[in-house]
Amino acid sequence: MRSDLEMIDEWVQPNIRVLDLACGPGELLHHLIQNKQVNGYGLEIGHEDLNTCIEKGIPVLEQNIDEGLQNFGDQSFDLVLMTHALQQFRRPDLLIDEMLRIGKECIITFPNFGHWRSRLHLALKGRMPVSDFLPYNWYDTPNIHFFTFQDFERLCREKNIKVLRWAAVDGQLKDHWWIRSMPNLFSETAIFHISR
Amino acid sequence: MPDVIPADSVGIVTPQIAQFDTPLALSCGQSLSSYQLIYETYGTLNQDASNAVLICHALSGDHHAAGYHAMSDSKPGWWDSAIGPGKAIDTNKFFVISLNNLGGCCGSTGPTSINPETGQRWEASFPIVTVEDWVESQARLADLLGIQTFAAIVGGSLGGMQVLEWSIRFPTRLKSAVIVASAPKLSTQNIAFNEVARQSIRRDPDFFDGNYIENNSVPTNGLGLARMLGHITYLSDDAMGAKFGRQRRHDSYQYNYGIEFEVESYLRYQGEAFTKRFDANTYMLMTKALDYFDPASQTNGDLSAVLSRAQCEFLLVSFTTDWRFAPERSEEIVNALVKAGKPVSYAKIEATEGHDAFLFPIPRYMAVLNTFLTRVANSLTTEVK
Repeated sequence: MRSDLEMIDEWVQPNIRVLDLACGPGELLHHLIQNKQVNGYGLEIGHEDLNTCIEKGIPVLEQNIDEGLQNFGDQSFDLVLMTHALQQFRRPDLLIDEMLRIGKECIITFPNFGHWRSRLHLALKGRMPVSDFLPYNWYDTPNIHFFTFQDFERLCREKNIKVLRWAAVDGQLKDHWWIRSMPNLFSETAIFHISR
Repeated sequence: MPDVIPADSVGIVTPQIAQFDTPLALSCGQSLSSYQLIYETYGTLNQDASNAVLICHALSGDHHAAGYHAMSDSKPGWWDSAIGPGKAIDTNKFFVISLNNLGGCCGSTGPTSINPETGQRWEASFPIVTVEDWVESQARLADLLGIQTFAAIVGGSLGGMQVLEWSIRFPTRLKSAVIVASAPKLSTQNIAFNEVARQSIRRDPDFFDGNYIENNSVPTNGLGLARMLGHITYLSDDAMGAKFGRQRRHDSYQYNYGIEFEVESYLRYQGEAFTKRFDANTYMLMTKALDYFDPASQTNGDLSAVLSRAQCEFLLVSFTTDWRFAPERSEEIVNALVKAGKPVSYAKIEATEGHDAFLFPIPRYMAVLNTFLTRVANSLTTEVK
């Protein structure tokens, strides 16, 4: 399992109700169902990913998150997850509101565009960076919003969202003291555990 | 006619009849003192009888779901696209049972059968049967065949409603439920369509209040009309447009009420063909069963409360162009299951065929069905003999 997912695993209590938005092939959910006995559902629109989830026995629903999540009741889940997908949705700010309406707590991970390599790439080459984490061209990327660790923190402040804890990791998804000290510059992936 | 039976067909099948002499109390208050169910099976039941799959049919379906009755058959069973060796409902793995529901006209006791108490055909006096009654009778058939728990119960449309009822009524008797292009209850519009269908039958002078056989008559006009109406609702506007457009019989308009457009010819053909194979009283009964179905009425309209009894895992499938039972209707069931904390997966399949899509071998649909059922098969305790 990816180590950012391992980190999330440590933060998740057993036997809770979990909704994983854009769950992909269900790696994290599978782990949480197996090891934390969570009652979990994934939302996904990728046909192959959906099938992979069904194959593994992970409850998965085909639902386009951009079309709304009104079918889920207020505080109907203990935890709403979204890993590496927030940047792909039309209005991340409204989506976070929805996630916090549905879930008592949320864990969100996203690629930090403030990483020094992204900054350097843009500064020196004058072109949008293409990396392992963002392996797309500007025109074909599913990532339509680019934001940084700081941007996200600021949004949480503006919305009065509590940051219960955060982590910042590098390209190898390792946690180092220098990343922790300057997450906006050194983290490639940011992980936030938030609540109202 | 198949010159050669395809390798992925269940081949030539022979229907069987099960006779029941224990009275069956029906929802309407009446009871059937004895009755029979006609059914077919495909594949082999394993030693611990854990690999059985029940197929529930839709409005005009029957027990002949797969394979051929004879080499002279022009068409295989109604769901041959999904049932067979190596197909989505794999008969190498599963023992598949398909039956004709009570009230049917294809061999199970229904309005065309003889009422043992009078020695006459039931006709209009055949009691109204409901989805609940069907599920009860299906459970008795399972008992007879030595099946305590189904690996899966599968159905589309009205068949999906039976699957839903199974999950509520006999929660320990199925491991998984596959509900395709269905709904937790009919919408007002659905009921309205059914009423128009029934009225067109009832108002046919050849209907004789349902006792048409006794009067040596068949209400072909009414039944044909009902089927034409139904047929329109099963297709999508796009599918009909793609198939017929405004294609005409003649180069110029005839300015009369004969067939001008090809779609008219098609509907008349469908309507007429239906009257040759289906009984009008059965059509009335089946549409009534659809109207009455509403399991959430037991829990003050709270679908998730009634579904909290379920113990199986669910797969729901809907089709984008289905307006008879639109995807939103399947999603009502999905949402209620999520609310109740039940394991459920849901796929919304892109399809042009409208409601009828559930009968077509649409690759993604078949793949989802196969993936789900393969896991169900792999979880069984013993191998097929």
